[in-house]
Amino acid sequence: MSALARLVPVPDAEPAPEALAAGRHSLLRFITCGSVDDGKSTLIGRMLFEAGAVFEDQLDSLAKDSRKFGTQGEALDFALLVDGLSAEREQGITIDVAYRYFATPRRSFIVADTPGHEQYTRNMATGASTADLAVILVDARKGLLPQTRRHSYIVSSLGVRDIVVAINKMDLVGFDEAIFRRIEADYRAATAGLNFRSVTFIPLSARDGDNVVVRSGRTPWYSGPALLPVLEEAEPAARADGQAGFLLPVQWINRPDLDFRGFAGTLAAGTLVAGDAVTVLPSGRTTRIARVIGGDGDLTRAHAGQAITVTTVDEVDIARGDVLVGGHRDLKAATQIAARLIWTGAEPLEIGREYQLKLGTALVNTRVALLHDAVDIETFEARPAASLPMNGIGHATLRLDAPVVCLPYDGNRDLGGFILIDRISNETVGFGLVSGPGATEAGDWRSRLAQGAQDLIGAPGSERRGDVLALVSWRLASAGTLAGIVAVVTGQPLAGLAAGAADIVARSVLRTLHDGLWRRARERSLPADVAESGGGI
Amino acid sequence: MIQMSHLDKLEAESIFIIREVVATCDNPVLLYSIGKDSAVLLHLAMKAFYPARPPFPLLHVDTTWKFREMISFRDETARRLGLNLIVHINEEGVRAGVNPFASGSRVHTDVMKTQGLKQALDRHGFDAAFGGARRDEEKSRAKERVFSLRSAEHRWDPRNQRPEPWSLFNTRKRKGESFRVFPLSNWTEADVWDYIARENIPVVPLYFAAPRPVVRRDGALIMRDDERMELRPGEVIETMSVRFRTLGCYPLTGAVESTAATLEDIIAEMRGSRASERQGRIIDHDGAGSMEQKKHEGYF
Repeated sequence: MSALARLVPVPDAEPAPEALAAGRHSLLRFITCGSVDDGKSTLIGRMLFEAGAVFEDQLDSLAKDSRKFGTQGEALDFALLVDGLSAEREQGITIDVAYRYFATPRRSFIVADTPGHEQYTRNMATGASTADLAVILVDARKGLLPQTRRHSYIVSSLGVRDIVVAINKMDLVGFDEAIFRRIEADYRAATAGLNFRSVTFIPLSARDGDNVVVRSGRTPWYSGPALLPVLEEAEPAARADGQAGFLLPVQWINRPDLDFRGFAGTLAAGTLVAGDAVTVLPSGRTTRIARVIGGDGDLTRAHAGQAITVTTVDEVDIARGDVLVGGHRDLKAATQIAARLIWTGAEPLEIGREYQLKLGTALVNTRVALLHDAVDIETFEARPAASLPMNGIGHATLRLDAPVVCLPYDGNRDLGGFILIDRISNETVGFGLVSGPGATEAGDWRSRLAQGAQDLIGAPGSERRGDVLALVSWRLASAGTLAGIVAVVTGQPLAGLAAGAADIVARSVLRTLHDGLWRRARERSLPADVAESGGGI
Repeated sequence: MIQMSHLDKLEAESIFIIREVVATCDNPVLLYSIGKDSAVLLHLAMKAFYPARPPFPLLHVDTTWKFREMISFRDETARRLGLNLIVHINEEGVRAGVNPFASGSRVHTDVMKTQGLKQALDRHGFDAAFGGARRDEEKSRAKERVFSLRSAEHRWDPRNQRPEPWSLFNTRKRKGESFRVFPLSNWTEADVWDYIARENIPVVPLYFAAPRPVVRRDGALIMRDDERMELRPGEVIETMSVRFRTLGCYPLTGAVESTAATLEDIIAEMRGSRASERQGRIIDHDGAGSMEQKKHEGYF
């Protein structure tokens, strides 16, 4: 097997077993994204191989698969290590997000390998939602593609602040520095408006391993580090909401008997100590923390990220979905939120339709009251829109049927991210990122007016608005004609006016009653299981 | 700001998932398969509800071909933790005489494991079943969700999976549908052993090397655990120092030669190994995409 002989792992990656065995080293979650055929899966397969995470029996089946499905001739096709579904191997593309795991002596990694095809953008957003860093691949032969900008926009939206642009397939352009520099300049120009903390450019060849683990001799003009050292040294951006105190979303009420009533949840922010004063939101009741309980005994304190159980000094009404808040926060539960939406459903977003919203541990019903815009992610421009199609991104105001405790996504992913669920299909149809409480507070009369108008006559450019305008003009025309005829026949203009007015009012009232009756008749004939599953979980 | 270690983060994530199931599903069960992953899963479930006990039973689908040491360990564990253990055996399969030798691994696994599991879930009306599967084990598992929705017929549809951003799991389902839930999705084999060492979790002694009676068959070392395994012509029983990296039905589980008799030895051996843990699993090699096919049919 000559292909194997060429690919012996680099010897300088000597593991330090003590660090690994103690489980004390850190974790970095990152995502790889880019256009179709940029070589994402090949790059991950290469890193797994170099980090020693590919075993001999897996290499054997890889060699077998490479001959059957491979695109690399006689050489091993590393993409086949990660493309796990039969359909993916047959078509040579990545359909679904795949998670991969490897560790070096310094760090453990969880990699989300995400699809490049546009129709799978929701899987890319999923991978980005938990990522600390993004590796964006660019094919050196093709330069920036629409997907490069699109993915950069999505990872930026989801709060990924550190970017590595891996300019891949440098072997196919003769390791030409000019090409590398041009893509670097293009990328910086294209993403100037995005909120990144760092952007690192690396010229590499995933297929041959150049600049993946160690610096390559074939890019003497490149003085930066190889990819793996960058990943080992990256410091995840701290997410601080700038406030003292703690936030504990209540996940489960632990009540095994009458003597114990604990509130279990994962601390979303801050540090919690027994004796701390606590406010229960949304109710606003206050009490104190009596005990902080870990997995096998009481704790003196708990930190953000830990899964704990607490008890309170007083018997206070607390339910799943409530948030226990400590410290001086002017936090209130909201019944209206402004958010960025990423639409993932096959059916487009319907303004005014009821969806379920899950945020933290809270589950409520919601309607999108107002769609402010849709973002063109080629140009990052926001434009008015009537709806969002699958993979569309826009800004919206949502009204909730019960108050929910939320924070801006930039400060807290746990209480700033939510999903929208279709009540009939049960599908997850949208991701949401809270930008703040509703944009339509009492003082903002213009948004209120716009919202009222939109509720009444539909969004600009929508089918509904067209229908409404046509209906209004027809109604006026017909009432006017009737008024004219009556006036001419009776010779009394006042009688004509009265007939016209009566026509508008009586027809509308009759139409509403008539439609209502039909709607009720249709609802009664819905299949039983659909009606049942609409009733909550 | 306290930096949580890698294992602390994995532990907290798994506990969150376990609690989420209990909070949103009606009748969960923990599929306890006695191995190291099940041991970690059970330990996390104990932690998730401490000081109470987990509010769900354990289910073991017994193929009647497990190692005897596994069965005694299973019963001892349920007793020690005070948990309700349901043991299900596919009696139809037993009556039909299905076994790994005469029927082959594919039929045996399908009838005794997959069909047996479906029977047990249906009989008790479980709407969520925890499993200890990890995404690093096998390629099709790497693509499966934490909350894996199964149809009323227990089928998995990999092309129509719900996205799972952040830690927001959509737990809505129709009547008859159920979830297979994998709290250890993001753990690796190394993480599991490191955690077992850190938390001092008891595991079946078969994971540690000891002299055992083995037969060389089809390139694997098979331990002859009882008289039901008949020797083929030319086969001899040898006593060798072996251990197991994964545990299943004894005729389908290859041993590895080893002298690793402590957790430290096992962890050192695993880090130096060039073979994956599932190499000893004969059922995985029933053909390309075979695990994916089994999952389509309702396998865990």
